[in-house]
Amino acid sequence: MAYEISEYYKKHKGEAQWQDGEYTCTRTTMWSGPGCHNGCGVVYYTKNGKVEKIEGDPYNPFNLGKLCMRCINYVEAADSNDRLKWPLKRVGERGENKWERISWDEAYDIIVEKVNGIKKDYGPESIVCMEGTGRNVIWQVPYLCYAAFGSPNFTLGFLSGESCSMPRLVTEAVTEGEFTFGDYSAHFPDRYENPNWKLPEVILLWGQNAIISNPDSSLGHWIVECMKRGSKLIVVDPMLTWLAAKADIWLRVRPGTDAALAMAMNDVIIKEDLYDHAFVEKWCHGFDDFAERVATMPPERAAEICWIPKDTIVEAARLYGKAERGAGTWGVSVDMAQCGISAAQAINALWAICGNLDKPGGQSIIRYAFDQGLAYDYGIEILPPEVTAKRIGMDLPLKQFGFGATAHSDTLLKVIEAGGVPYPIKMFWFQSTNPIANMGAEAPRLYKAIKTADFNVVVDMFMTPTAVAFADLVLPCAMSSERWSQRNWWMPTASIRKVASYYEAKSDEQLILELGKRFSPELFPWKDDKEWIDWIISDQTSKMGMTFDELCDVVCQYEDFEYYKYEKGMLRPDGKPGFNTPTGKVELKLSLFEAWGLDPLPWYQEPPESPYSTPELHKKYPLVLTTGHRSWEFFHSEHRQLKLNREFHPDPMIKMNPETAAKFGVKEGDWVWVENYRGRFKQKVKYEMLHPGVVNAEHGWWFPEKEAAEPSLYGVFDSNCNNLTTMCQNGPTGYGAPYKNQLCTVYKVTEENSKIMPTEQVTRLGGFNYVQK
Amino acid sequence: MSKNNERYGLLIDYDFCTGCHTCEAACKVEHKLAYGQWGIKLAQDGPRKLENGRYEFVYVPIPTSLCDLCEDLVKVGKFPTCVAHCQADVMTYGPVKELAKKMADKPKMVLFAPR
Repeated sequence: MAYEISEYYKKHKGEAQWQDGEYTCTRTTMWSGPGCHNGCGVVYYTKNGKVEKIEGDPYNPFNLGKLCMRCINYVEAADSNDRLKWPLKRVGERGENKWERISWDEAYDIIVEKVNGIKKDYGPESIVCMEGTGRNVIWQVPYLCYAAFGSPNFTLGFLSGESCSMPRLVTEAVTEGEFTFGDYSAHFPDRYENPNWKLPEVILLWGQNAIISNPDSSLGHWIVECMKRGSKLIVVDPMLTWLAAKADIWLRVRPGTDAALAMAMNDVIIKEDLYDHAFVEKWCHGFDDFAERVATMPPERAAEICWIPKDTIVEAARLYGKAERGAGTWGVSVDMAQCGISAAQAINALWAICGNLDKPGGQSIIRYAFDQGLAYDYGIEILPPEVTAKRIGMDLPLKQFGFGATAHSDTLLKVIEAGGVPYPIKMFWFQSTNPIANMGAEAPRLYKAIKTADFNVVVDMFMTPTAVAFADLVLPCAMSSERWSQRNWWMPTASIRKVASYYEAKSDEQLILELGKRFSPELFPWKDDKEWIDWIISDQTSKMGMTFDELCDVVCQYEDFEYYKYEKGMLRPDGKPGFNTPTGKVELKLSLFEAWGLDPLPWYQEPPESPYSTPELHKKYPLVLTTGHRSWEFFHSEHRQLKLNREFHPDPMIKMNPETAAKFGVKEGDWVWVENYRGRFKQKVKYEMLHPGVVNAEHGWWFPEKEAAEPSLYGVFDSNCNNLTTMCQNGPTGYGAPYKNQLCTVYKVTEENSKIMPTEQVTRLGGFNYVQK
Repeated sequence: MSKNNERYGLLIDYDFCTGCHTCEAACKVEHKLAYGQWGIKLAQDGPRKLENGRYEFVYVPIPTSLCDLCEDLVKVGKFPTCVAHCQADVMTYGPVKELAKKMADKPKMVLFAPR
């Protein structure tokens, strides 16, 4: 079953486009939207400007012809009559869902007038631009924010503690000066056949159900391929996933205690002398202090904290420590704790002390292909320093020193709630983000805060709860097949080719470009989106030596990848061997943290609300609530309007051990209220193998089939796990937030206890008690 | 069956089927099957703990009576869509006789000859 290519595709090898009867077939890349974090190779079959069929591109080295359910069902999404077709202007009150069709020119005129008014009266920093996670707007929305609006306040959709990827990335940046990536051969176009690649002996999968989740430019099924070839597997997950069941060792961690577990595994590896002495001596800084610190977390202590038997922790440490090659993939669970940075630091140290960095089948050091690196900071240098200094959250230690490229969401909320101190927030620009349905913690509190802005614009593919509740203008954006774009997220650099169109929907690039021209034409000199992308490929990615058209012809391009870059002087600007850190080594003790007055070594802290930190609260809310578990059918709050995806997954589900269900008098299939002192939501019970003290609720749920106007608002708060999470409880760096470690109780939904649904509570009755305070 | 009367089937390595539902979805899209109808359907056993401390958690996709082994795709030289898109790459299409030989190489395989 070795990724065979069918006769049909063999016939079309090397062709970017061909004719097949009435269809034009185009090989290209699918990203968002609707989306995920990956960029799989697809073949679109189009007729009369419409995508009629989609197939996986077997010649694309990234996904090797495979697609998941979301791409398989792309045509239903692209063809949906529910999509936004043209710009809409609000005519009723916010929340009434009353709109009038306007032209793009009218929409731009309104935006220009409003933005210029806000800039004049309050300053550009009163405008906040937000985008959703991992979508193909990563560099586009920041550029709009900085270059067109002149505001430094670009951020993600009220993502508390920036706790999706950012804590891990920042930790890597200060530890080894680079990013890393589990080595499943993805750097090579010939993949598993590449002679330099070696199979990981063991894979350490931490806090991620990789096959369902959308790892950052990594496909979970690469791990399955390695398992087939003999890789052993260690899985850290509170729930027995398929991968955990197949693993050699499953570490059923209590949510939020990953830092303790990682520290203990380091301790075992050091005490049992399983670490790579040569690497540590030559390439690591601060080993002795690090060893002393992790010794404060011996496996017996971690066993109590993490609810994992001591022997299992020791066994896992031995399996990883003894392996000649260990690859690792970590998930957002690492970030989603107050001590997320610390967890990342300790996991990163595991890779390092075992000598796995940049080793074949280990933890590859990876950059954006051809050093393109357009991301959240694209265009920030355009702003005068005094404006950049006004970015919200700039007083936080890492942001102060240039680590972290967004405004700080939690501080932003505090600024709004303080009535606009130090300055008011007058406008939100939401592009492909739906914060009250997903991403934003403590959604009812956000609802209240966002309503205070004078002018809000939502750019999306479908009408969303965020658009109905807040928008004054709603702009339709194109889907992946309807845009000229590109993707550069590690490897490879890929082209995204426009093959279709939908009513008046415009690509994210095109609408930003047209709008940008009205503010600062000199910063938006490109004729159209395609010319802008060509400039990015030809000029900003010049190392690749291609134009955009040429890239479209080959679909995607890989850069030569080398292992052991630190030995070859490939990581430091001075060209000397070593790592791009102040000491030139991997910093097990972070000298930058030390300089900034932060603890330079990993530490563990209980979640702010837990069985141990708040025992009284735990008596009332005796279950640990973890959230954000991914589904095959959906990407966060997307895909809920698609019949096929909903057939597979009609309702939101809270997963619990049958023992827990029995204790709380409920059974599989029952609807239950999940509650803590911040609010409640309802989901349906599904049995899974979890610790009896832990439940796992889904996120991102809203119901496009329900009434849009408030107080229904697509039922966005009814099943919303973020009624129970918190904002503004971050670690000392400002990073990390306890999304995945709250307390709750559950009880059966009855007619009697369901007279007022949460959405009505939030939109009409001032919110839950906590929010009213 | 093909023109030469040779029976074709699907060989599935259920050791590594991850239960991703791609085969089911791809089949529904390809054959435009109505809500509630399936040309291939996943069966699931587990997760449950075994006496040896390990876990049983197995998926097997089973072709239904609606499976025509993607006759139209095969005619133009493609694989059945479930095989082409199987994310775990555990499905093989071919003559039953050849697939049966492949079964000898590895445990936890199942061979379906839907028609």
